[in-house]
Amino acid sequence: MTSAAYQVTHLDALEAESIFVMREVVAEMERPVLLFSGGKDSIVMLRLAQKAFAPGHIPFPVMHVDTGHNFPEVLDYRDRRVAELSLQLVVASVPEALASGLVREAADGTRNRIQTPVLLEAVEKHRFNALFGGARRDEEKARAKERMFSFRDEFGQWDPKNQRPELWSLYNGRHHPGESIRVFPLSNWTELDVWHYIARERIELPSIYYAHEREVVERDGMLYAVNEFLPARAGEDRFKARVRYRTVGDASCTAAVRSDADTVEKVIEEVAATRITERGATRGDDRVSEAAMEDRKREGYF
Amino acid sequence: MSTETLAAAPVAEGRPMDLLRFATAGSVDDGKSTLIGRLLYDTKSLFTDQLAAVEAVSAARGDEYTNLALLTDGLRAEREQGITIDVAYRYFATPRRKFIIADTPGHIQYTRNMVTGASTADLALILVDARKGLVEQSRRHAFLCSLLRVPHLVLCVNKMDLVDFSQEVFDRIADEFTAFAAKLDVPDLTVVPISALRGDNIVSRSENMQWYEGPALLHHLERVHIASDRNLVDVRFPVQYVIRPQSTTVTDYRGYAGQVASGVLKPGDEVMVLPSGFTSRIAAVETADGPVAEAFPPMSVTVRLENEIDISRGDMICRPNNAPAVAQDIEAMVCWMDETRPLQVGGKYSIKHTTRAARAIVRGLHYRLDINSLHRDESASELGLNEIGRVRLRTTIPLLADEYRRNRTTGGFIIIDEATNRTVGAGMIVETP
Repeated sequence: MTSAAYQVTHLDALEAESIFVMREVVAEMERPVLLFSGGKDSIVMLRLAQKAFAPGHIPFPVMHVDTGHNFPEVLDYRDRRVAELSLQLVVASVPEALASGLVREAADGTRNRIQTPVLLEAVEKHRFNALFGGARRDEEKARAKERMFSFRDEFGQWDPKNQRPELWSLYNGRHHPGESIRVFPLSNWTELDVWHYIARERIELPSIYYAHEREVVERDGMLYAVNEFLPARAGEDRFKARVRYRTVGDASCTAAVRSDADTVEKVIEEVAATRITERGATRGDDRVSEAAMEDRKREGYF
Repeated sequence: MSTETLAAAPVAEGRPMDLLRFATAGSVDDGKSTLIGRLLYDTKSLFTDQLAAVEAVSAARGDEYTNLALLTDGLRAEREQGITIDVAYRYFATPRRKFIIADTPGHIQYTRNMVTGASTADLALILVDARKGLVEQSRRHAFLCSLLRVPHLVLCVNKMDLVDFSQEVFDRIADEFTAFAAKLDVPDLTVVPISALRGDNIVSRSENMQWYEGPALLHHLERVHIASDRNLVDVRFPVQYVIRPQSTTVTDYRGYAGQVASGVLKPGDEVMVLPSGFTSRIAAVETADGPVAEAFPPMSVTVRLENEIDISRGDMICRPNNAPAVAQDIEAMVCWMDETRPLQVGGKYSIKHTTRAARAIVRGLHYRLDINSLHRDESASELGLNEIGRVRLRTTIPLLADEYRRNRTTGGFIIIDEATNRTVGAGMIVETP
């Protein structure tokens, strides 16, 4: 913090805003939960939550929507962080929902879209009424229109044309029973801000965010790791490449990028120079249509 | 688009990057989307996949040129109708600053969106078409910026290439706008002649307008002095949350968490807590990273006091000799944002002011303002969607409030419909007793 001339850096301003938002939620809402995927954005959110309530503990549980298609490094990380911070972890399990018949496997085997009913069922079961999500407005054009406090009806749906105006830092979290609010404390952060913060705060990340050797196939112009959830198809060449993940999602639809960036400093250099958005470079789920994200968000996706 | 670019990587060393939030107002016809596209592109904040997607859609629709409006129109309905409905947020950075753009639609039926975008803005950018000069919309935008007390205003006279880069045309528009702005509360006004499409005076000074001696737009955005916009005089710390860890390792800890609205808080300072009026001294100002010597806006901190006094969310820490009003009768300018029901005298609502919630009844509507002519209609009996008027409210509990012109944080409030829970109005306090 530079107190010269009473100025703060952009990272300090973003941090202060996110902390303010998290405290508002805890002060006003009864049952908040933080959606924790083990991805960098949710990891940064967790750090902000630690800071917002220090020296107390984080006063809400975390929830992982587990598609069953996980990177083992990410699951390890999740369990370690949960233990270190003495958090309560709620797992909303897609495999269990498949077994119980709540959802059905998609034709292409990806589980991105079927996460939504699983998430909504867990929200209902635990009566969570405020869900912290790590989404950022710079990620995607539908998200650019998202509020910091985003209202969801009793079906978990987002109505983008009927959003509450959001003025100053006066957030309106009021809702009726059964309805809920999605809260996005990182709304104003960019991918680069997140990485600068990870560097400044020396935050540990799952190793797959840094360059490593991995067996991959090239599919739709993207590099996918070959694993039990994503076997190579006939005619696809398996080869070793030096890659890293820019985003962490379902292992069956999250692609890696070629990279030599094996430290946080090198990642920052790479992100600053890159000319492709992180979701465009790595997420098969966003390539479905112009409005793929908007449609999933309407249904209750995070 | 030119290939001229700037390095977008923030500097880790040297002068730290700060943050500027600005709102843009105007319609597609004024070239607003082109300007935003240009700023993003020239600062390397526009990605090739975003551009490719826009180019593909543009081509499919038969547009003659790549329609950069598609970049900011994020919703399906917006793309289909070719209009911007809602505020979209955009981000770019130069080595000096990170910028958050609140891109707001310009038409009168979206006044509430412009008010929303302007509420957090350090600067507002209004576009006019050099061929058309000032139109009703430009005056309305300037008025809304002054109502919301946006500290810096930039008028971009766009499409200068279409008037042969004429100084005469520019001067006429600049003079007319300056004269109009003088009637409003506009503390800082800059007028820049640009061509967003061709890049004149965007990143660097234009060769085509040697007569213009001011800075290029980006240069101005990077250097406009915003540090003094914050109120560092009146200590206002709305208590957001009381931190009292229930733990065996941390005992007897009691801290008041919040974001500094204004002023500077230091350990040892004598403070007063409202509404109780109790006084104490600041024992420590803390963050999770340790104690700090002083706290100022926009820092989120935890304040500890020397005496244990009863303080809860919604209370305000200030100074004994410099306190906000403690008022239940509030005079405010209100912008109504609800399409379903108008604001009416006698109506009861919830309001949120700083971290304080109250109920309020509308006791009177002095006048409705015609936001194009600034004419006051004193016969008005209600405020409909996008209408602005001066209102008198009576609240159930006192607000700890300042005039909005003195403090944008302790002077602003939102009005919430108690049946629908929707945010239906924005209020700016004009007078406290």
